[in-house]
Amino acid sequence: MKIKHSLKKDTTGTGILSATSESNNLLNNNDELKKIEAMRHIPNMEGVTTPEVNFLLHKANSRGHVDHGWLESYHTFSFANYYNPERMHFGVLRVLNDDRVDPGKGFGRHPHDNMEIISIPLEGDLKHEDNMGNIAIIKHGDIQVMSAGTGIFHSEYNKNEDQQAKFLQIWLFPRTKNVAPRYDQASLNINDRRNNLQQILSPDSNDAGVWINQDAWFHIGQFDNDFKIDYNLKKSTNGVYAFVIKGNFSIAGIELNQRDGLGISNTKKISLKANSADAEVLLMEVPMTLG
Amino acid sequence: MKKQILVIGRHGEILQTVLRLINANEQWEAKGTLEDAEAIRIFDRFSFDLILLTNGISEHCENSLRLYFTDKRPTVNIVQHYGGGSGLLTTEILQALSEPAVSASSHQIK
Repeated sequence: MKIKHSLKKDTTGTGILSATSESNNLLNNNDELKKIEAMRHIPNMEGVTTPEVNFLLHKANSRGHVDHGWLESYHTFSFANYYNPERMHFGVLRVLNDDRVDPGKGFGRHPHDNMEIISIPLEGDLKHEDNMGNIAIIKHGDIQVMSAGTGIFHSEYNKNEDQQAKFLQIWLFPRTKNVAPRYDQASLNINDRRNNLQQILSPDSNDAGVWINQDAWFHIGQFDNDFKIDYNLKKSTNGVYAFVIKGNFSIAGIELNQRDGLGISNTKKISLKANSADAEVLLMEVPMTLG
Repeated sequence: MKKQILVIGRHGEILQTVLRLINANEQWEAKGTLEDAEAIRIFDRFSFDLILLTNGISEHCENSLRLYFTDKRPTVNIVQHYGGGSGLLTTEILQALSEPAVSASSHQIK
């Protein structure tokens, strides 16, 4: 399977910043990070013998951008007509789209297959319909998942005629191909993410949030200024992609602003600190290889 | 000259969608089938730059197809299409066409 081969040879699909946890302070300067980001591979730091932590920084303004009028989207990774060979995936995280849809507009009936598709509304309401008979509304605080598997057709529209809808759409390569298609959604108590990392997705149907066909865990947290928290990875071979929804953070010692993304792999724990009031972050822990 | 693409899948409506999307690109031309035997007949008759495997193909069938294609034409590129629509299709094709083929034996097929 070609994608597995390519994931094995380059688990981030783009340039890697390498550093030991002890030397994170060397990578704190954003200008320096931007400069390094453009490089394909960074060699291990000379003289370092401890295991390396890999960082992958995507500044918000470096994302692909499309404006169709009714739809405006920022693509962290290559998607549709945005093709950047350096921006293909982070482990099994293949799509991270930051979408704005005009009132009453949306995506007509279209197919999906073999992908775990997660939608997280940030503002407004989305109306979903699919060929399995599901008709549903998702709103801020909800999370929706489709295991597309052998094939699913669906549509999604901004339900409201007087308000924009903003949402994140995230695609993960599935753990197993050709599973039976499945739709699910969950309403979460957003108060539970106040100064806390609230789990919104996992591989386990008995765990908090929705479940998917992949060894992935998603958390959202909304924090007071200066609040500090650690995230312990569920699986040591996984990586974490942090996406700042709102405000500013220091994550693993790296400064991030609104809509910046940071992939971190080869570590067991990640430290976060909010640098603004009501700062909100999405953490996506994902396998770095497929299968 | 248009790049020639063979698409194989098991879901008729998704296959038609993928073919329509590929053929909308003036630099690409796609043929598609739901049947492995027909895929082999088409493969033997025409010259393809890329073979795209879409959904529903069993591991056994996928392995057999990969072995047949690479045995007959080691340089042909074979990739799995994910997502079922326009989201990843263009980038998958562009990436595949920019890379040398990888032999079937070197793939780690799930």
